[in-house]
Amino acid sequence: MKISRRKFLLSTAVVGGGVLIAYSATRPSRHKLANADLAEGEERYITSYLKVMPNNEVTIYVPHTEMGQGVHTSLAMMAADEMDAAWELVKIEQAPAIDLFANGDIVTGFAGEFGVPSFLMGLIGASSKAIAEIGNLQTTGGSASVRFTGETGMRVAGAAAREMLIECAANHWRVATEECTTSLSYVQHNASGRSLSYGELAADAALLEPPEAPILKDRSQFNIMGKSMSRVDIPAKVNGTAIYGIDAHSNEMLYAALRLAPVFGAKLVSVDASEAMSRRGVKRVIELEDSVAVVADSYWRAKEALNLVKSKFETTENDSVSSAEIFARFDEVLASENGSKDFEQGDTDAAMESAADVIEGNYRVPYLAHAAMEPMNCTVHFHDDMADVWTSTQDPLSIRGRVASIGGLAEEKVNYHISYLGGGFGRRLPFNWNVIDHATLIAKEFDVPVKTLLSREDDMQQDYYRPAVSSNFRAAFDANGNLLAWHNRFTGPIQTPGAARIPYAIENQSIRVVNGDTHVPIAAWRSVDHSQQTFFTESFVDEAAHRAGKNPYQFRLDLLQQHPRHRKVLEVAAKAAGYGRNLPAGRALGIAVQESFGSFAAEVAEVSIDANDQPVIHKITCAIDCGWAVNPDAAKAQVESGIIYGLTAALYGEITIKDGRVAQNNFPDYEMVRMATTPEIDVHIVESGEALGGLGEPSTPPIAAAVANGLFILTGQRVRELPLKNHNFSRSIPVAGI
Amino acid sequence: MARFKVNGVEHDLDIEPEMPLLWALRDELGMTGTKFGCGIASCGACTVHVNGSAIRSCVTAVSTVEGQEITTIEGLANVAVGVNPLAPDPSAIQQAWIDHQVPQCGYCQSGMIMAVSSLLASNPNPTDAEIDSNITNVCRCGSYPRVRSAIRSLANV
Repeated sequence: MKISRRKFLLSTAVVGGGVLIAYSATRPSRHKLANADLAEGEERYITSYLKVMPNNEVTIYVPHTEMGQGVHTSLAMMAADEMDAAWELVKIEQAPAIDLFANGDIVTGFAGEFGVPSFLMGLIGASSKAIAEIGNLQTTGGSASVRFTGETGMRVAGAAAREMLIECAANHWRVATEECTTSLSYVQHNASGRSLSYGELAADAALLEPPEAPILKDRSQFNIMGKSMSRVDIPAKVNGTAIYGIDAHSNEMLYAALRLAPVFGAKLVSVDASEAMSRRGVKRVIELEDSVAVVADSYWRAKEALNLVKSKFETTENDSVSSAEIFARFDEVLASENGSKDFEQGDTDAAMESAADVIEGNYRVPYLAHAAMEPMNCTVHFHDDMADVWTSTQDPLSIRGRVASIGGLAEEKVNYHISYLGGGFGRRLPFNWNVIDHATLIAKEFDVPVKTLLSREDDMQQDYYRPAVSSNFRAAFDANGNLLAWHNRFTGPIQTPGAARIPYAIENQSIRVVNGDTHVPIAAWRSVDHSQQTFFTESFVDEAAHRAGKNPYQFRLDLLQQHPRHRKVLEVAAKAAGYGRNLPAGRALGIAVQESFGSFAAEVAEVSIDANDQPVIHKITCAIDCGWAVNPDAAKAQVESGIIYGLTAALYGEITIKDGRVAQNNFPDYEMVRMATTPEIDVHIVESGEALGGLGEPSTPPIAAAVANGLFILTGQRVRELPLKNHNFSRSIPVAGI
Repeated sequence: MARFKVNGVEHDLDIEPEMPLLWALRDELGMTGTKFGCGIASCGACTVHVNGSAIRSCVTAVSTVEGQEITTIEGLANVAVGVNPLAPDPSAIQQAWIDHQVPQCGYCQSGMIMAVSSLLASNPNPTDAEIDSNITNVCRCGSYPRVRSAIRSLANV
């Protein structure tokens, strides 16, 4: 590769007469593979690259996994548009899980946003080693792919390719580059009417130095970005040919059914597998530190045999822990400790003293499981001093590293096979290692592929959960109903810094976090802390509005003078929802807004109460300012998805702890929104033209508060605990005047 | 032993009669288009057709489909149009799924499409209430609004 020390763009000839152009970034790293081709003392890894071949085909390699967010399509659109490629000639491939291809743009992007996020480092032990290993990530999460990898990688690589192809054609024609234009995979010299295809230029382009700073298009020059393009992953998803991790298959494959310690952290003591071993197809019963597995020649046989295995796990200090006890502990810590500062300004205590009125509200939300449709699984095949791995993951590179480390192999001896994900939502991020570790240890006992698969019950009971959180508020008013102070104490840990902070102009604020650690393993869950914190803050600000006797929508607008993007999405959502119109009897509108992952989302929920005193959600209107949308229809799909994911949690979501373990088993006791309970959803993309924001998560946070705020107007009942299914609503006490 | 036809091909399998059809398809025949979601007939990811009607294969013992015609997502497009002349061709359903950009992660969509094609074969123009009561599949990505609009676009074919 041609490499200059200062440059971020690399190019090289590829076999068959093509050119490969890559955008790279430097990193401090122990990795050798990239180093071989690089200037001394400086290691690089490639975040985005593309290849032009003589047949005029462009292949764009995307360093992110596809879990339904449409990232393969949207990232390829960004590179293809910048290089003026004909979309029909673009092929899209996922970059392989080798060291050369990581996506450090995400780490850099997050560092600019709020420091390296904890969900990228695990929640405990953010040691220097963990930070160093950030360079090992190929993560898809944090609603980050398009706004970081796309903006700083794919577009630059595409623009560089275009400039090199122009330079090549200009040399060929002996004309100035300024006289050349590009369109649909051709370079044209309009003065002479000559043109050459990118394919014809590819071999010669490989001889050129890539530009140091290619010029990106202005939005007015876009041909592909900003148009709704059909997602490339969809055709395979309607005919059964899309391959997910769970679909790894070979005739000699064995299958493992796993029973993990029901109380988190308990160790296996003893196993009686005599009955199981006599079952048809059973090969081995394997005891691991925290689990027992049956390996058989079919998953069903393994699972049936596992039901016959008697196992004993050690007793632990957590064996009697319950959700009630956890929340009681939270209450105690909240009452007795001052915690550590999240955000402070002014003098909240003094403001409370001098206030004409003070209100209080104590909120809580339970643990939640991710419940991706594809249950957790991992297939590993040890052979010839190496291993092949198939698993649906949000981070192939980290999977490779983990399997190597657990399996006792060098990383380059582990070959990760790319697949689609049957849902991620944070469950398939690095550091959520159960199943991966177990699958590796089990497969190490065999020389054929072994697929370890969790049942739905185990998937639900052995998750890394959205944390249960308690959050206590006080707000102080002056004699005119103006908010003087905002006092908030909540249980941690903080996974997403800033999620509990409010955009509202309140002079005195004290927001502090106390220790909420329990034995229940936790992780990022779609929108991370924003999903709980927005329910709390947007509900309590609604309480404040009602106490002040003001319209909750206008109350928010008045306090958002310094936040035009919040205001705008509130205004667009309110107008589209007909906020303030005369509603049919028994209906009400609730509203909420939140900024997260660089986007601003406001939602209006139209709700009523049914004959069984349960809420009915008729319509959600959402306005989201994500800067602008690369693939607008796919953007809307993500917003719809985030709303329904959050609505499921608001209505039904509850993982309870009983005797130290998860009480829920499967969808009947962890219910989902389905066709019949899906509201009409009306999405409005607000194009502010600001920097791109994320789309996978920002529509999830406001939904619970929007619904609960609507229910308050209808019933006078303030929901301070989720899920809503645990409440009975009375239709008889409507709140007047709103 | 179990004997049944899958997408027109006869299979003779040396398996236990109580093995669920789902696992016979996936592990014995390597047909992975039919998905495992819950194992208790709650989510519908495993939906296939037996003699043209949707069933949940995770709780259907192979002994109960002895000698029957099973259609999976892999074979759906090749199925002749059913007895109902108003029912859309299965490939039209798949095309509607592309046109409306229905799938996200896509994992539930095999089962979703099998459930919808069964509904439309018997009721080509379902009301919203009929869609709600018949299509009870779980989709964690929340593709439901697009499932509904895709079904609507197929009505009155």
